[in-house]
Amino acid sequence: MLPNKSSLALISVLTLAGIDSGADPTAAGPNLGEPADRRAIDSHDRGIMPDGAGLPAGGGTAVQGKVSYDNLCLSCHGPGGLGDSGDQLAGAQMQLTDEWPEKTIGAYWPYAPTLFDFIRRAKPMAQPGSLTDSEVYALTAYLLYLNELIPEDREMNATTLPEVKMPNREGFIQVLD
Amino acid sequence: MYILYIPVNTLLKILTSANNKSLHLAAGNGLLDRRLFLQGGLALGGAPLLAATTVAATPARPDWMNRPGEPFSHYGQPSPHESEVARFASPNRVWRNNGVSWTPLHRLEGIITPNGLHYERHHNGVPQIDPDAHQLLVHGLVRQPLFVSMDNLLRYPLRSQICFVECGGNSNAGWNKTPSRAEAGYFHGLVSCSEWTGVPLSVILTEAGIDSTAQWLIADGADAFAMNISIPMAKAMDDAMLALYQNGERLRPENGYPLRLILPGWEGVLNVKWLRSLKAAAHPIMARNETARYTELLPSGKARMFTFTMEAKSLITSPSGGMVLQQGPGLYQVTGLAWSGRGRITQVEVSADGGETWAPAALQEPVLPKAFTRFRIPWQWDGAPAILQSRATDETGYVQPEREQLLAARGRHGFYHYNAIVTWSVDKAGSVSHVYAAQQEQSGADLGIDAGWD
Repeated sequence: MLPNKSSLALISVLTLAGIDSGADPTAAGPNLGEPADRRAIDSHDRGIMPDGAGLPAGGGTAVQGKVSYDNLCLSCHGPGGLGDSGDQLAGAQMQLTDEWPEKTIGAYWPYAPTLFDFIRRAKPMAQPGSLTDSEVYALTAYLLYLNELIPEDREMNATTLPEVKMPNREGFIQVLD
Repeated sequence: MYILYIPVNTLLKILTSANNKSLHLAAGNGLLDRRLFLQGGLALGGAPLLAATTVAATPARPDWMNRPGEPFSHYGQPSPHESEVARFASPNRVWRNNGVSWTPLHRLEGIITPNGLHYERHHNGVPQIDPDAHQLLVHGLVRQPLFVSMDNLLRYPLRSQICFVECGGNSNAGWNKTPSRAEAGYFHGLVSCSEWTGVPLSVILTEAGIDSTAQWLIADGADAFAMNISIPMAKAMDDAMLALYQNGERLRPENGYPLRLILPGWEGVLNVKWLRSLKAAAHPIMARNETARYTELLPSGKARMFTFTMEAKSLITSPSGGMVLQQGPGLYQVTGLAWSGRGRITQVEVSADGGETWAPAALQEPVLPKAFTRFRIPWQWDGAPAILQSRATDETGYVQPEREQLLAARGRHGFYHYNAIVTWSVDKAGSVSHVYAAQQEQSGADLGIDAGWD
């Protein structure tokens, strides 16, 4: 069977990309993907980039977040984020260079928007995906407040959250290997 | 307790008296030439000598020969006599869906991990996915965003590759000040090796048309954790696979059914299970699992991130911790596994004298890149205390480090990427236990690793 026009084009693209497909025409696929429209993509794409790209409307403060935290998070993460069966989230006494480093959010996490991304996608463990965006902002605000990074009444939203400078922002070496 | 090889002193004596040059000691404390078993088998048949000591007590016609056997089965199960060959689950003490389960490497042979024994790392349980309600979305910096159904994906040309998948946190009890007493697989078994079959990821990415500015691919899983992580586009276009089959059958739910990523040689967390979407992006998303976790804190206070490749490692699986050389002094086969995320294993050396002298082990074919390699070497145990170690070298020339070398380079709070030489101590009763090399600390409080799996 002769390759059709589109698979020939695909092979040339692969060759340009430096992929050794010339010897194996089966490396080209049958092109069975179906076009995805914007709305379908948006409903899937919930990721938040470290610069805040993707953050939704809404907002919340630590005062509001404490209520959700005590209801949903405290049983594993302990009062005030001091840790229990779940991670210690705040209140680090030891430095990262000490014998027992405490890798809390304030001590270790490099980007504040990651908190929103993670809480919204994964928490609470028993009912993931159940929080409203404003509840996620409020929980994020509470965790940042517990780590003494923002005042208790400071609203976190799509504008303010990316502005929070995390202390360990420069603490990572990108090995990329 | 285990019964290892019944010693074949007779075999050794016969071979020795034949003045076979290859029988000369290959290294100190009884390590013999790696070809001994092969030659012995050819010359003597090997097995009959074993049979003489093991078969004598069995009846001429055992009970199971005197009645019809079990009927056919739709899906075969291991013998009930093998019930101890099992994963060891280690979940969070409260949230039981979060944690790991370990492959019993010390109870397995060959290089392929049975599907029901592949290690697990789940952050919030195993989703039961209806493949007809599951699609892969490819979007972001692409010419044409695409949905690909599972049925359609199965119509693409498939390709198979045998490779290991290893959790970045495998072996991390090695960072502890006190040697772990866990059996080998329950200490080093967050690694498994399978034949994966699927569609080269480059085919689907090319179909979508990746923009030249897209240096990363952000993968999302369809589990309750909605696991997400960033993968360099160069790896995605190189040998990454959209895997649909594992050892010939569709993926098991705990290994990502109906679709997972396989990135040969790269740490497990990047091999996203239950794959739901891939977004081409200019930058990584800096997800929780590539910043707060799966990064390695150094003594300087800085942390290594995007440490993708699992470096060369080896491990003697038999004899190993918890086993007993029950038949006393004699000839044993030392065997184990070696693997490297950078390619093929080129050499495994074994020492029986705590690293004073080393002998090359036989590497059993096939020796495949980024896959388990089985090694074997005969050992004449004289009944005195012995220290067994193995040391892998890969095709890049990288040599598996001593524990003190690794600690000197990384400190002890890295949590991930522990690949140091493993040391088993054999006492005069034949009991095997895990120790650190003699010059290192053996006492003091077991302070434990300083981060959990959550």
